[in-house]
Amino acid sequence: MTLFGYRVPMMASLLVWCVVWEIVGRLDLIFLLPPFSDVLVAAVDLVQLPSWQSATITTVRAFAIGMALAIAVGIPLGILMGRVRIADNLLGMWVNIFSSAPLSAIVPVLMILFGFGEKTIVAAVFLFAIWIIVLDTRAGVRHISPSLIEMARSYGASRPALYTKIILWAALPEILAGIRLGLIRGVKGVVIGQLLVAIVGYGALFETFSRNFRMAEFWALTIILFAFALLISELIERAEAKVEYYAGARQ
Amino acid sequence: MRSAVLRKEPPPMPAPVDSIVEVRGISKTYGDVEALRSVDLDFPRGKLTSLLGPSGCGKTTLLKIIAGLIEANAGTVTVDGKPVSGPGPERAFVFQDFALMPWATVMRNVAFGLELRGVAKTEREDKARHYIREVGLAGFENKYPHELSGGMRQRVGLARALSVDAEVLLLDEPFSAVDEQNRRKFQEDLIRLRTNQNKTFIFVTHSIEEAVYISDRIVLLSPRPGRVSQIIEPEIDRSGDPERIHRDQHYLDTVDEIWQGLKQYVE
Repeated sequence: MTLFGYRVPMMASLLVWCVVWEIVGRLDLIFLLPPFSDVLVAAVDLVQLPSWQSATITTVRAFAIGMALAIAVGIPLGILMGRVRIADNLLGMWVNIFSSAPLSAIVPVLMILFGFGEKTIVAAVFLFAIWIIVLDTRAGVRHISPSLIEMARSYGASRPALYTKIILWAALPEILAGIRLGLIRGVKGVVIGQLLVAIVGYGALFETFSRNFRMAEFWALTIILFAFALLISELIERAEAKVEYYAGARQ
Repeated sequence: MRSAVLRKEPPPMPAPVDSIVEVRGISKTYGDVEALRSVDLDFPRGKLTSLLGPSGCGKTTLLKIIAGLIEANAGTVTVDGKPVSGPGPERAFVFQDFALMPWATVMRNVAFGLELRGVAKTEREDKARHYIREVGLAGFENKYPHELSGGMRQRVGLARALSVDAEVLLLDEPFSAVDEQNRRKFQEDLIRLRTNQNKTFIFVTHSIEEAVYISDRIVLLSPRPGRVSQIIEPEIDRSGDPERIHRDQHYLDTVDEIWQGLKQYVE
């Protein structure tokens, strides 16, 4: 973006919106929107609270376990669907339904299945994240040039070697894209799961803040969560950039 | 060196022709399309044989059946007397679209055949380095395929096929995705390479000039269903300057003769 001939960094637009927020907040129009500076102060206070720290540990742990499971199951499932037609026919419909379905509606069912604890949150993260990983992995495997597979076969690749040395690598750009999108969905899963369970981690905090109209803290927590989601997606994007040269260069 | 031993003249035997690859009664259909009908062919050891024909004559299918990548509906292929049931270490394939791993360096791509065979890293890289030099890519060992031109990429594909020490090299239109200048240079290099590698080459092409330029033996296939329509052995002296071949009268006559034969298949 350039303004009056000067190059303005991308973050500048964020600053503009922060200023707008501050002004609107100071006008005191609705109590839902405290001034941005108050939110920042609340954020600084918040991160020092033991309740925030333990909630963060609970949340990050549930998120990490759920994501690890989604990746560990999603990639093999996607590869299977990309390689085996029968598997694709059997599972394709379900994966597509789940990837576009409003999964929040299922979380209460998860609560019945897994109880009011961490298991439900892990299951929610898993359920939110896995489908896009499966779909992207499948697309990546479908994209692999048939001659690359023939090449591996003609030089005597065993079945495991074919998968670990060729298929996984050739589909890596799509797999990483799937993981990045899966992570963002996983953040949704962890928040929605915790909100519905309401007694765990950030869900409990959100519940407390909004019930008691502590809006500054509420927004502070939201911003921390957004920042976390952006940060991890940025990290994956870095990894994606490393393999991008061959995503485009593939024959 | 193994190649030095291989270069020895075979003992003088009255045997007619020593065929390394024998194709007997190969038929292949794809759904309703009959790609090959009862093809019988012999490929003499140490020679370069081209499979030439219009598109749709099944020449690539035949090559992939010999490679063990496609199964025939009927018939057998034997290499050195042993029937082919899949890919094997005595055959190496060079692909039309190069089939290089874009995430791997030239070095790893060339050494990949050896890597799959479990050859130790230093050993396979020494061997790969040798063949990278042989195909004229010394200095490019650590480059990635996308940093190379089409011609150079196919040189990587050729080096990979050479490095596994296969007796039979199967080349599927290796120059069709390479630009004209590089193709000429590459063809010249192939002639040179042939004289000092002593391997059997089976070469699929749709270019008459290319086939006559490099082949000891040209198998003409007719389209739909693919069958052997003619076998030509152009006797062209390739010992001197490869440039000269293009002006050789016998070369020009053979090209013309083949074109007259193929004309009927072109609308």
